[in-house]
Amino acid sequence: MSFIKPQFHHPALPKNKVGYTKADYEGSISTLCAGCGHDSISAAIVQACYEIDLEPHKLAKISGIGCSSKTPAYFLNNSHGFNSVHGRMPSVATGAYMANRDLIYLGVSGDGDTASIGMGQFVHAVRRNLNMVYIVMNNGCYGLTKGQDSATADVGSINKEGSENPFQGIDLCSLAIELGATFVARSFSGDKHQLVPLIKAAMSHPGFAFLDVISPCVTFNNNKGSTKSYDYVREHIDATSELDFVPIHSEITIDYEEGKSVLAPLHDGSLLHLHKLAAGWDPTDRKSVIDLLQTAKSAGDIPTGLLYLDMNTRNLHDLMKTAKKPLNSMNESELCPGGAVLEGINAGFR
Amino acid sequence: MEPTNIQDPEYFHKVVDCQYACPAHTPVPEYIRLIAAEKYTEAYMVNWESNVFPGILGRTCDRPCEPACRRGRIEQEEEPVAICRLKRVAADNKGEVKHLMPTAPAQGNGKKIALIGGGPASLTVARDLAPLGYEIHLYDEWNKAGGMMRTQIPAFRLPESVLDEETGYILSMGIHTHFNHYVSSMREVLDKGYDAVFVGTGAPKGRDLELPGREEGAKNIHIGIEFLANVAFEHRHSIGKKVVILGGGNTAMDCCRTARRLGGEQVTVVVRSPFNTMKASPWEIQDAQREDIPIYNNMPPKEFVVKDGRLTGIVFEKVRVEYDDKGRRNLVPTGEPDVLMEADDVIIAVGQDNAFPWIERDLGIEFGRWDLPVLDKKTFQSTLPKVFFGGDAAFGPENVITAVAHGHQAAISMDLFCNGKDLLTDRPAPTTNLVRQKMGIHEWMYDSAVVNDDRYAVPHEEKTLALSNRKIEVELGFDVKTAFREAQRCLNCDIQTVFYTSRCIECDACVDICPTTCITFTANSEDEDELRSSLNMPALNKSQDLYVSGALPATGRVMIKDEDVCLHCGLCAERCPTAAWDMQKYFYGVTKATKIL
Ligand SMILES: Cc1cc2nc3c(=O)[nH]c(=O)nc-3n(C[C@H](O)[C@H](O)[C@H](O)COP(=O)(O)OP(=O)(O)OC[C@H]3O[C@@H](n4cnc5c(N)ncnc54)[C@H](O)[C@@H]3O)c2cc1C
Ligand SMILES: Cc1ncc(C[n+]2csc(CCOP(=O)(O)OP(=O)(O)O)c2C)c(N)n1
Ligand code: SF4
Ligand code: SF4
Ligand code: SF4
Ligand code: SF4
Ligand SMILES: [Mg+2]
Repeated sequence: MSFIKPQFHHPALPKNKVGYTKADYEGSISTLCAGCGHDSISAAIVQACYEIDLEPHKLAKISGIGCSSKTPAYFLNNSHGFNSVHGRMPSVATGAYMANRDLIYLGVSGDGDTASIGMGQFVHAVRRNLNMVYIVMNNGCYGLTKGQDSATADVGSINKEGSENPFQGIDLCSLAIELGATFVARSFSGDKHQLVPLIKAAMSHPGFAFLDVISPCVTFNNNKGSTKSYDYVREHIDATSELDFVPIHSEITIDYEEGKSVLAPLHDGSLLHLHKLAAGWDPTDRKSVIDLLQTAKSAGDIPTGLLYLDMNTRNLHDLMKTAKKPLNSMNESELCPGGAVLEGINAGFR
Repeated sequence: MEPTNIQDPEYFHKVVDCQYACPAHTPVPEYIRLIAAEKYTEAYMVNWESNVFPGILGRTCDRPCEPACRRGRIEQEEEPVAICRLKRVAADNKGEVKHLMPTAPAQGNGKKIALIGGGPASLTVARDLAPLGYEIHLYDEWNKAGGMMRTQIPAFRLPESVLDEETGYILSMGIHTHFNHYVSSMREVLDKGYDAVFVGTGAPKGRDLELPGREEGAKNIHIGIEFLANVAFEHRHSIGKKVVILGGGNTAMDCCRTARRLGGEQVTVVVRSPFNTMKASPWEIQDAQREDIPIYNNMPPKEFVVKDGRLTGIVFEKVRVEYDDKGRRNLVPTGEPDVLMEADDVIIAVGQDNAFPWIERDLGIEFGRWDLPVLDKKTFQSTLPKVFFGGDAAFGPENVITAVAHGHQAAISMDLFCNGKDLLTDRPAPTTNLVRQKMGIHEWMYDSAVVNDDRYAVPHEEKTLALSNRKIEVELGFDVKTAFREAQRCLNCDIQTVFYTSRCIECDACVDICPTTCITFTANSEDEDELRSSLNMPALNKSQDLYVSGALPATGRVMIKDEDVCLHCGLCAERCPTAAWDMQKYFYGVTKATKIL
């Protein structure tokens, strides 16, 4: 068993605009099971950060508990990080975000961490519209505690012991849309071609960006009858569109068929291009998205891609009119303006 | 592309870069692991089976394996594993080996063989054939065996004791030696009724330079290889204080360093062409420079200056390099004034030629270009079926390891020939084996961790002491601790990544973990170049193969692995949930006339 990664990389590994190779965005060697979907998502995050020329110190990764929540140790070793308590990632993310709005917040969670113990936290993070990327590595089970059915397991899905799940599964994407999330996507750990541009787009979205990534647990939920196995997902996956991330100042080189594509301008000037859209669906129209999700559910399909996008988003800082400057860049007199100022505030309430 | 045929013995062989580049295909990583495990005797025998002279080669080999070593490709500054000097560690630290070597059978097989020349090529034939019961007669003009290893390679690079030991192992297999015997007629040899004859007489003629003053100054103008032979046989013990060596190859380096030890105080090497095109190995050049021997380039010699019948110096022209339309190199005079260099002695070391004045041209042995024999490249058979050639005598001057490789093949041919078999169709295939290395779920039988250490330098003898006596060996060899560290740098390229297409579920785990981005899953294409450029990291080194799978069960795509910079770290196999990747040790051995190990 290897505990450290070799330091050698491909000698011709290219560097991005900020002078880093892809390898500079990696983390320690993974201790997850061989073949775990979560590792592929980690690799997609590495790829996305490399491609957007991220300076690693401008990102904070925050996670809860679970195999999924362990992954921040396996990517972006040079970024900030906080591995918090089971289901409590949203609170820690909220605090960090309030203290410093200048960082990119990457929340990493599992379906257990989010849809079971953390459900109460999750819903508030969505409705408060924290400016963060929230990734759920969704394997339909509690991987870390040996594979019990989670709240996202589909009704009727069969677990490794052979028993059928009697409960309704929670569809986190529908829930997020319901709660007002302005960027909602679903993807598959085995489809980096789709996942990487989604992560890049989520990072430039100025509000809460939710990514539900189906990520097979090879050890406890990759059996026949499971609806979150590699084979099942590959067979039932249905991309709602093709996706291109067009970085700032670059030309659009593809001719898109009129009426069948959506051009979504992102916060930093880059564009997200969706084309070959699924019939009867408009990613900017909430109702059509809910329709699509409902129809797919009854047909047993797994629609993937960027499902819903609303560019008119106002995040928590905007809503609360908080200070623009990060707290750590304020001096003592700004942070602690003294008794006179407090008196003034109190007086305002009288 | 078609799926890779890993049943082809050469496919995985090529992945073991060092072994593939070694003319004798020594299983390098195997002996390096044995050294790391302190099994020096075993490491020695693995070498001995392949290259016959581990102690000699561990000091003097031209090491074509090292520029080929994978480690040198991994990072720009990275240097190859010190393959050659590790070989010496095995030789220096081995235990008793004689009893592990085959002996000649008490009862001969009734066949007689003559070997002309006692260099490494002939000695290899002797070793491979003696255990089969052949009566072997070895002829050499000198009083001991070894050929140029003894007459040319100076003692400060190769101690006589090492030569005596390793030639001794072979001669003690009941070889009939005819030393001090210059063979002056091939006809006479053939008349003696040998069943087969091997010619391993080397390239014994040193080139001369016909320049003005050459004849007048003859007493102090020497041909490099004659000078070195005279020193080796103690016919010469001194040289003038100012010595100029002409030539930029390894012979020039040996001549200048020898001159330093015979009393040369101002020894200079002058090369007609630029420094970066010198033929000498970089390490030989460094060793010469370390002994305060300046090297001047771009100066072809014009004339020898002789005063009162005695050489006083040599005049050089100054040139620069220009390339013509066809890319041919020309040395063009710069117009600067000529340079006069004072010299008490001049040594000409500008190359060697083959010479077969003793082979009559009416025997049926055909000669072709440059007066080299016409040979079958694979069997080394000449146009006279019972006569075989090998070593420098076959295709011109090379090196010891090439001579050994020729010797093995010639021995097989001669054995087949003596048994009335076909030299090509009955030739034995290489011996190969592929063995799983799995010990536990994620444990390997080899040390898969990749260390980051830089190449370790071999310690040298203190300079003044080294220069005081030509028999003091300059290189001291690695101590066993350093040898262990150096051995750990080896990437175990013989531990192959073997892919089982039907097991793969395309989870991407191997792609994600591979530190050097070797693996890609992609749609197949007929066009290799297109595939090469579309991989996760483009595979631009075309001398390295792509390992292509069949269509994968889940998506019909293929797995493509670029062998170029794989670290053989085993991480892909550790991260694979279905054991679609497995690490398997590949053994490739050139089959010898006699089974040695
Ligand atoms: C100065 C110098 C330094 C070298 N250093 C190295 C080195 O560091 N590493 C390396 O790998 N290679 C080195 N080489 C090359 C290497 O020595 C030869 O390539 C190698 O020895 C060739 O082996 P061989 O068996 O073909 O013949 P040789 O070693 O040349 O042996 C042939 C023998 O046959 C004898 N012979 C020739 N004709 C007759 C005849 N008619 N009758 C009887 N005997 C005869 C010769 O005297 C000689 O003893 C060096 C060469 C020179 C000149
Ligand atoms: C407060 C608390 N309750 C329970 C646990 C036990 N526990 C650890 S991980 C886990 C479930 C993780 O499931 P998920 O978030 O889906 O992660 P996965 O391992 O599947 O990626 C549970 C219940 C805990 N660590 N802390
Ligand atoms: S238990 Fe499941 S989720 Fe956890 S590491 Fe293993 S495969 Fe991944
Ligand atoms: S790393 Fe080791 S096995 Fe690989 S080429 Fe170099 S010496 Fe040979
Ligand atoms: S052994 Fe596997 S993981 Fe390691 S470098 Fe080679 S292909 Fe990559
Ligand atoms: S890790 Fe194994 S199963 Fe997964 S893609 Fe690689 S070879 Fe296939
Ligand atoms: Mg889970």
